[in-house]
Amino acid sequence: MISANLSAIFYLVSGVLFILALRGLSSPETSRQGNLFGILGMIIAVTVTFLSVGNFSSGFIFVLVFILIGGSIGALIAYKIPMTAMPELVAGFHSLVGLAAVFVAISAFLNPEAFNLGQPGNIKLGSLIEMSIGAAVGAITFSGSIIAFLKLQGIMSGSPITFKGQHPLNAIILVSIVILIYLLCSTQSSNLFWILLAVSFLIGFLLIIPIGGADMPVVISMLNSYSGWAAAGIGFTLENTALIITGALVGSSGAILSYIMCKGMNRSFFNVILGGFGATEDTSGSTKKEKRPVKSGNADDAAFLMKNASSVIIVPGYGMAVAQAQHALREMVDTLKKNDIKVSYAIHPVAGRMPGHMNVLLAEANVPYDEVFELEEINNDFANADVAFVIGANDVTNPVAKTDPQSPIYGMPVLDVEKCKSVLFVKRSLSPGYAGIDNDLFYKENTLMLFADAKKMTEDITKNL
Amino acid sequence: MEIDPLIFRLSIFILSIFVGYYVVWSVTPSLHTPLMSVTNAISSVIIVGAIIAGLSGNSDSIFNTSSIFGFMAIALAAINIFGGFLVTQRMLAMYKKKKKDK
Repeated sequence: MISANLSAIFYLVSGVLFILALRGLSSPETSRQGNLFGILGMIIAVTVTFLSVGNFSSGFIFVLVFILIGGSIGALIAYKIPMTAMPELVAGFHSLVGLAAVFVAISAFLNPEAFNLGQPGNIKLGSLIEMSIGAAVGAITFSGSIIAFLKLQGIMSGSPITFKGQHPLNAIILVSIVILIYLLCSTQSSNLFWILLAVSFLIGFLLIIPIGGADMPVVISMLNSYSGWAAAGIGFTLENTALIITGALVGSSGAILSYIMCKGMNRSFFNVILGGFGATEDTSGSTKKEKRPVKSGNADDAAFLMKNASSVIIVPGYGMAVAQAQHALREMVDTLKKNDIKVSYAIHPVAGRMPGHMNVLLAEANVPYDEVFELEEINNDFANADVAFVIGANDVTNPVAKTDPQSPIYGMPVLDVEKCKSVLFVKRSLSPGYAGIDNDLFYKENTLMLFADAKKMTEDITKNL
Repeated sequence: MEIDPLIFRLSIFILSIFVGYYVVWSVTPSLHTPLMSVTNAISSVIIVGAIIAGLSGNSDSIFNTSSIFGFMAIALAAINIFGGFLVTQRMLAMYKKKKKDK
């Protein structure tokens, strides 16, 4: 048994280690060390908790057993999961944090003496407020992440689900959560506590169903943020510094990522959260649906163009992840480099289904990270490049975002692919992208469409090089 | 009059939000996915609450409703801690620099 003051100091130490873990991510070189700081912080926090409870009865064995069970499941998942499934995995993990927060809150509500919070039915007011906020946010995180997971996994359709009166209904539920928390705190009734949890689960579910697949980067970041606020709420209840610091870190981290993602789409956070984007029939597009000529080619033509180029820029998107084409792509690039062709990669902030999705896939395929550039870093280079190879991206290359104020994506930062001498566009068909609008790039004089599966086409090009 | 300890915790909370804000802005965009998986892992420090809940039973009855919820929370948080840190480690190991000898 160690004193409360000493354990508080250790919790502070682990909070600081968590800050260092995030700090490490400022560059790939320091990131691995950062992760070790995070692990160390976690070990300290868990050990100190054992020592401060000091109850090494048979319950202790069960705690270890459950840590082992959970730990081995987690480790197994971490080793088995393919990198393309990372968005689903992260969404799944968020749901677990949310549910764990709910369970801890239930536990504390049923047995407040164990946490020094008063007696059942007479819990300290401050603790009860913190606990119910933590539980509500945790429940929203849980059910919201489950929906995000199902959509990313493809079990549930990625298209937005909307119905009449959706927004008023959500607003009423959100207001009722606030009222429920108020009533719960004034009556201490356990029935209200259960109702609060049920309503929070429901709203998490309702909030995410209207949001479409390509908006998932914002949703995942937002849920990341929520899981942090839930942890912080529980941290206040338990008076635990490590948990409060971590909750604040994770909460602001998720909020910043959501902001970056919204900016990458030039849409407000509320526009994304209210959902329904891409579901509405595009009126501007359907009026001018005349058939425009498209130049299409095969792997041979593409190989010829690239062989005669001196610099090539690759623009990957979600389609590359779907086709698992990253390894084939890297092989193609290796062949290009052997022919002394300069190759770099251009990544749009919202390419893929989560922040940094493309970077991880390219890293998996052994692409050195110093060949991979962000939008601002590389956008001026398109004008000097010979070939742009667009693989699985669409809306993020659409020049309409710069030219047509009527377009739903007007103002969104896009990659200036059309400035390249020639553009190779790998796509399965001419179908519009997520925003439901036609891509002008398809019809440009210098664009060659390669209609095929991304992986197969890339392999064929490599053969022809 | 003494200051309520809640105010101290609130101060820690607010200052940590600011620390988080500046630290996360300095994270390079190419590491945003590992950032999400590692924040997942560290937010599972909620396991400390779960352990307290799990150990709340006495030697006569290890399992009561409250401790059962604690045990379940321990398992969930443990999945996240091990899964989150290991998958982050796996991802970070893949980020390599260009080989100089080419």
